[in-house]
Amino acid sequence: MIKVQTEDFDIGALYQQIIASENNPLGYGAVITFVGKVRDFNQEQTVSALSLEHYPGMTEKVLNEISQQAMQRWPIAQPIIIHRVGDLQPGDQIVYIGVASAHRKAAFEACEFLIDYLKTKAPFWKKEKADDGYHWVDARESDQEAASKWATND
Amino acid sequence: MLSIVFFAQTREIIGQGEFSLPFKPEFSSLEAIRSHLASTNDKWDLALTREKLIIAVNQEMSPWDTEIKDGDEVAFFPPVTGG
Repeated sequence: MIKVQTEDFDIGALYQQIIASENNPLGYGAVITFVGKVRDFNQEQTVSALSLEHYPGMTEKVLNEISQQAMQRWPIAQPIIIHRVGDLQPGDQIVYIGVASAHRKAAFEACEFLIDYLKTKAPFWKKEKADDGYHWVDARESDQEAASKWATND
Repeated sequence: MLSIVFFAQTREIIGQGEFSLPFKPEFSSLEAIRSHLASTNDKWDLALTREKLIIAVNQEMSPWDTEIKDGDEVAFFPPVTGG
């Protein structure tokens, strides 16, 4: 399930949704979830608000593609990816990724792959409000490096 | 007709999010489209500096040598920062 929304999400309800999945009648031995939150600092500045823009249509397409790639690489159920857009405050939840598998290794790896690819391929942009006004957040080299370690030769 | 779209800083500096550009044969090259748009004025030139600009053609990130056809949607934006 892929969702781009302004509303908050309920981690407990999403967990129930993952384990109730009827795709696998045998059930899952491992569920890994990642929640990204709005920090109240960035590059030594206090951040008082965050605004998220995205490219409607392309965003959902990219999230579906990376979901499919994860399912081809690891024996996992259909992942749940939720990303919020619009105006957020420090401490708010931004992104949710939930992955279930028979064993933990595949679920851990697929979850990390999904967040690494989301951060470098999905068209979202953050704008932060700091003491001296609004700033667009710069892309980080470390995020590119994290994503590149999942590259395959095919 | 080409559909040209901008996001984030690129959109903000340019001052608009989307517009239509009549297709011409030379616009089969992304660099020709970029330099045509950049020649509008200094702000557009700044917003469309080639370094660090990402392009999506029909909502897919694409290299600069992608061939553009009439009817395509071409997006210009800075590196993404979601998650």
